[in-house]
Amino acid sequence: MNVIYQFVAGPLAWAAFILFLSGIFLRMIQLFVKVNQPEKFLLHYFSLRYGLRSIIRWLTPFATTNWRKHPVFTVVTFIFHGCLLITPVFLSGHVVLIDEAWSLSWWTLPDGLADLMTLIVIGSCVFFGIRRIVRPEVRFVTDASDFILLVIVAAPFITGFLAYNQWFGATWMTIAHMLSGQILLAAIPFTRLNHIILFFFSRAYMGSEFGKVRHARDW
Amino acid sequence: MSEAQNLDNKNQLDTATEAGISRLTPEKIKKVVDCVIKRETGVRFETYMQTCIHCGLCSEACHFYLSHDNDPHYSPAGKIKQTIWELIKRKGNVDRDFIRRAVRIAHTECNLCKRCALYCPFGIDIAYMMLVMRRILHKLAVTPLYIQDTAHSHSVTMNQMWVKGDEWVDTVQWQEEEAQDEIYNLRIPLEKHGSEIMYSVIAPEPKFQAQLIYQAAIIMNTAGIDWTMPAGVGWDNSDMAMYTGDNEIMGRVKRAHFEAASRLKVKKIVMGECGHAYRSVADMGNRWLGWSMPPVPVVHAIEFYYDLLKSGKIKIAKKYEKPVTLHDPCNVVRGAGLHEKARYVANQLCDKVVEMIPNREHNYCCGAGGGVINCGPAFKLSRTEGNSVKAEQLFNAKSRGAMTLIAPCHNCHSGLHDIVHHYEVGLELKFFSDIIYECMEKPEDK
Repeated sequence: MNVIYQFVAGPLAWAAFILFLSGIFLRMIQLFVKVNQPEKFLLHYFSLRYGLRSIIRWLTPFATTNWRKHPVFTVVTFIFHGCLLITPVFLSGHVVLIDEAWSLSWWTLPDGLADLMTLIVIGSCVFFGIRRIVRPEVRFVTDASDFILLVIVAAPFITGFLAYNQWFGATWMTIAHMLSGQILLAAIPFTRLNHIILFFFSRAYMGSEFGKVRHARDW
Repeated sequence: MSEAQNLDNKNQLDTATEAGISRLTPEKIKKVVDCVIKRETGVRFETYMQTCIHCGLCSEACHFYLSHDNDPHYSPAGKIKQTIWELIKRKGNVDRDFIRRAVRIAHTECNLCKRCALYCPFGIDIAYMMLVMRRILHKLAVTPLYIQDTAHSHSVTMNQMWVKGDEWVDTVQWQEEEAQDEIYNLRIPLEKHGSEIMYSVIAPEPKFQAQLIYQAAIIMNTAGIDWTMPAGVGWDNSDMAMYTGDNEIMGRVKRAHFEAASRLKVKKIVMGECGHAYRSVADMGNRWLGWSMPPVPVVHAIEFYYDLLKSGKIKIAKKYEKPVTLHDPCNVVRGAGLHEKARYVANQLCDKVVEMIPNREHNYCCGAGGGVINCGPAFKLSRTEGNSVKAEQLFNAKSRGAMTLIAPCHNCHSGLHDIVHHYEVGLELKFFSDIIYECMEKPEDK
């Protein structure tokens, strides 16, 4: 088991981070190369001011008509994304590992709060899954990949929560946690999870078009 | 899938389009799909394909979805799923039934009104995706008969309605003579080089709404505008080729329009109350020709009337008494942000303006634009039934007192006319120019 642990915590972790970072890097390169090929004009319409206006507007809860139309979804989606991004970065267990390896550390979340935030991420994934089944307009555009993505996102949080609370076999659970986290990281650049990055581009382009060319609001 | 196929069986297309479909082979379909996707799309298309997280939040933006009791087949993402997604997923290996369904969805169940762009958290331009689908259908030669005929007319005559060269000049001079009964020295100057303004219209005006040219002449002459109209090609600013995906013809038509303005050495083009023409001249056609913005400044009628009223060049003798409600056309509101200027004009002209709910950028589409009404009578019922939510919106405005409906766009005008009749809404339809003509101070009053 030790060997497996060492392998997952060592080379595999490196592989996942390299895939994650280089994947995003390559995606960006690809984006900029391609935009310069057949659709160079897109850059011409790009506006920092209106791009940011649109991004900020849509990243503010209830600031757009559609966010206001779906209050429950809006609350869940904002809290979910917040917890998803904050918890792993400021989790004391993670910071300790980095501190031990590179003597780098930063502020950490109280453990109780981190637990709560983890449960929120898991609960939100369940909510999104149920919403995909229950709401006809969502079910119609849903395919298997949407559920797989939800599982990929929820898995590190489920296993992390179980490992931290020493339920089931803690070591095995830790291995599972690391593995699922690595799968999530590696999947981001290569699946629709890359909306984490692409959001800013598609939003900024639509914001630029509406602000600069159409003189209208896009929210 | 069986549900989709049932719909297919129920919904035959017009005979010409069916004939086009019967000529398709799997090889041809695949070749065209590959060609368009590979050569004509790029990072924008890919990003939209990769970013959509299938959240369904665009659904409530669409009047077809709302009017069909929230049937997901009609939601924006639902329509993309049944067309582009499936096409990409199957790498172009689709059959005739798929194409038949795609024709119906892309040409008659989406107005390209871009309301969904305001509802997608990622800002995915679903109308653009639908235009890619229409481009593929165009290259497969399965564009619905009536709108294809319009594109042919553009190609042959450089106008939308097969208006011949002499008919155009005849009609303008006929309206000039008619209007001289009212203002004896009125002119509709043709080919007057060096004028400040070139006024352009859509071909349905000389074809069957010549009174709009008459009214424009009265407004121009009263306001003392230095204007002209082209006597040759380029007088028509409309463009249905833009909606059939026939970008090459769109480019030719727009080039003729801009070249007319340049030949006449005008400072700007003022266009009549038409929305899609504005989209073509100031958004899509210019881009196709390589102009990021139009090479000659383009002013839509709403903005022109705003300037005339604001500067006092046109004065209102007596305001229009009946309460009005104002329809915000997609192409000049979501497309050009003219909603506040439209309200200024409405308030200057009318005693009372009752707001529709929703309004401005969030107004519901008329159901006719995007080339949908141009697909012809075969689809009229599905178009009006697909927009019951518009009828509800109009009834609501009526219940708050509105008696007249102002639609400053030709397509909206025709679409709303059908909705008002189909649902017996009982609102009188007007263009801004109808009301300006009715209420303005004319020379003899001065």
